[in-house]
Amino acid sequence: MTISIDPQKTNNESLQPKGWLRYFSFSLDHKVIGIQYLVCGFLFYLIGGTLASAIRIELASPMSDFMPRDVYNQVLTLHGTIMIFLWIVPVVNGAFGNYLIPFYVGARDMAFPRLNAVAFWLIPPSGLMLVASYFVEGAAQAGWTAYPPLSITTPQSGQIIWILSVLLLGGSSIFGGINFIATIIKLRRPGLKLMQLPMYCWAMLGTSLLVVLSTPVLAGTLILLSFDIIANTGFFNPVLGGNVVVYQHLFWFYSHPAVYIMVLPAFGLVSEILPVHARKPLFGYTTMVFSIMGIVVLGLVVWAHHMFTSGTPPWMRLFFTIATAFIAVPTGIKFFNWVATLWGGKISINSAMLFSCGFIINFVFGGITGVALAQVPFDIHVHDTYFVVAHFHYIVYGGTVFIIFSSIYHWFPKVTGKMLNEKLGILHFIITFIGFNLCFAPQHWLGLNGMPRRVAEYDPQFQFVNQISSLGALLMAISTIPFLINVFLSVRNGKNAGDNPWNALTPEWLTSSPPPVENWEGEAPLVEEPYGYGKEISEQK
Amino acid sequence: MLNKNIYLILIISLVFAISFWIGFNVNLLPAEASINAPIYDELFKILFITGLIIFIGMTIAVIYSLFKFRKRNDQIGDGIALEGNLSLEIVWTIIPSIIVLLIGLYSYNIYDRMGGMKELNHNHEMMSSNSEKIWAGISQTSDNEIAINNLSIEVSAMQFAFLFNYPKGNFISGELHVPVDQKVSMKMESKDVIHAFWVPEFRIKQDIIPGQPTILNFTPTKVGKYPIICAELCGPYHGGMRASIIVEEESDYNEWFNKNKKPEVNL
Repeated sequence: MTISIDPQKTNNESLQPKGWLRYFSFSLDHKVIGIQYLVCGFLFYLIGGTLASAIRIELASPMSDFMPRDVYNQVLTLHGTIMIFLWIVPVVNGAFGNYLIPFYVGARDMAFPRLNAVAFWLIPPSGLMLVASYFVEGAAQAGWTAYPPLSITTPQSGQIIWILSVLLLGGSSIFGGINFIATIIKLRRPGLKLMQLPMYCWAMLGTSLLVVLSTPVLAGTLILLSFDIIANTGFFNPVLGGNVVVYQHLFWFYSHPAVYIMVLPAFGLVSEILPVHARKPLFGYTTMVFSIMGIVVLGLVVWAHHMFTSGTPPWMRLFFTIATAFIAVPTGIKFFNWVATLWGGKISINSAMLFSCGFIINFVFGGITGVALAQVPFDIHVHDTYFVVAHFHYIVYGGTVFIIFSSIYHWFPKVTGKMLNEKLGILHFIITFIGFNLCFAPQHWLGLNGMPRRVAEYDPQFQFVNQISSLGALLMAISTIPFLINVFLSVRNGKNAGDNPWNALTPEWLTSSPPPVENWEGEAPLVEEPYGYGKEISEQK
Repeated sequence: MLNKNIYLILIISLVFAISFWIGFNVNLLPAEASINAPIYDELFKILFITGLIIFIGMTIAVIYSLFKFRKRNDQIGDGIALEGNLSLEIVWTIIPSIIVLLIGLYSYNIYDRMGGMKELNHNHEMMSSNSEKIWAGISQTSDNEIAINNLSIEVSAMQFAFLFNYPKGNFISGELHVPVDQKVSMKMESKDVIHAFWVPEFRIKQDIIPGQPTILNFTPTKVGKYPIICAELCGPYHGGMRASIIVEEESDYNEWFNKNKKPEVNL
């Protein structure tokens, strides 16, 4: 037996543990890091979901009787922070971005593999720190928005740990963003043009621009807030002449783009999934690209619509009304294009497809209430009520989380080489879809009729509708059971998937499943038409 | 082809008919008790109907595609290689733009009628000497009102209560009493964290901010007792931070006012 030694390769591989252990290592392989993001995010999703269940149990009765009032505020703060910063943002960006982007651009890894590993390994400690802050002096309890002066006057240690944790997570997000931009722009395989990239690359390019432009503003704001808390400065403390409204502007300058950081990658993922299972090219590639960039630009100038009842003068309210409402136009284009992608296809009704269609329906609903909320006179009545809670859950859960599940069903065979069970998958979809709508649709009515958000107690007249909502939350909790069973069973005993079970044309399917360490045995293929379904010429090289 | 178009027109008209029926017959809002409320409900109805048309239309399109274009067992191969249709894409860029623009103009009109574009003034005599900057609020005035008749109230909020100061009567109340059909002008400021003043039946809300006074003007139109709700997270007892606004006939209000009035102290 002859042993050929490729010095670089041996060096790399000898450093990396093999088998499942590599998921606990400082691995530099983008595929390992992607799975680390996904599994870590999912564990935090279970924690955040448990907190959500606690909230819905408390709200099943009008009195504050399930947990102490300050604990309730800690629970809602942690629920929001965990779901945003530890589940949705890391998973739609970090997990799928790391796994897919190098395949899509025809690279063997991300541009900065070490930075990539650092970005991931910032997440578990900051997440654990956040959860552990409950045991110190109580966790942060000023909501995920941490508005001063409340965040300055509540117990300090919890708030400071919250700030530290969000700063680390923001840093992780910025590292990831820089890495994605560099990879998409600089690591493209020779001959691959920008306008030939799969749509998820464009979505990640747009998202990463938003991350890099707006996350530093959040970091700066939180550092100033921490000065106010520990060093008695007066940036946002009105007692010392600070201005609380300035904090809101700075906070929302990040946190509105954060919504697009959570949904744009989902838009990209659904654009990959629909064409494969509908066996049709993605409808309107060019308009899709321009609408992503349109959303990026508009997304940076709409933040004050979160502050219509706050300290904002009338002209500012109007400007942000118009800017916000106009985001509906590029977003609408994308939804019409997806429906047009389905139209005339040969659609396989499977779990991935059902979750994607569930996403379209839920997100259209959330988008419509979003356009309504953009109107100042409308918002003045429902701002800070359960109407808003319902609206953004339709966007981030009914939208993004549905797409995360859809993506897991779609790419599970790629990652493991095994298929997920379709029956359990469809069961998972049905329970999730019913549970989700049962939980959040009634909350619109609650908000319109006088139930503010972030309350542990409410008028008895709202009890029945709140119980329907809690029942929906129970179904959502149950829905994770068939999913977990499915994943565990399929990893061990799933049907063999082969390399390309969906007959997809995007580049990640043109290698073995699971892929080798450096993605391709030979040269990376040049995929000029990632959506070339229905064409005679199928010699994709 | 003709048949297909007839079905399409039929379905679209049905979607419109259902949306309008729901929009006019399903009431999702609480009672209307201020002159803002009917204006708000008018906007709500328009947004509700437009939204329903789009939502029902899109849902039908998705579900229809799933049924009509689902892959049958004997089918192999791909769907049609349709990569786009420029004129169609232009249509669904321009139509939503027009809808959004019209809604924007309409809601500007609504906001103006609510008094949102009026200059923020609080006609309380003490204010004239005081040139502090008012940041935000709704300054509602309608033409048939005489400014002198305004009832001026100073609101202060704290964890976890509202206090209503009636400067003319020199007293502070925990309950807000106002006469029906008369404009009320409130200047609000918080003593600790941010709170918000919300009366769902009036369709108005304004944050109460420490260090920055805000203005809220309204005219109640219906006698009754309505909740005042704090809508901004303000601490553990946020959910219990409530007060009541009691709208009464002018004579009842005057009786209450005179009972509580304290003689002015001249210093």
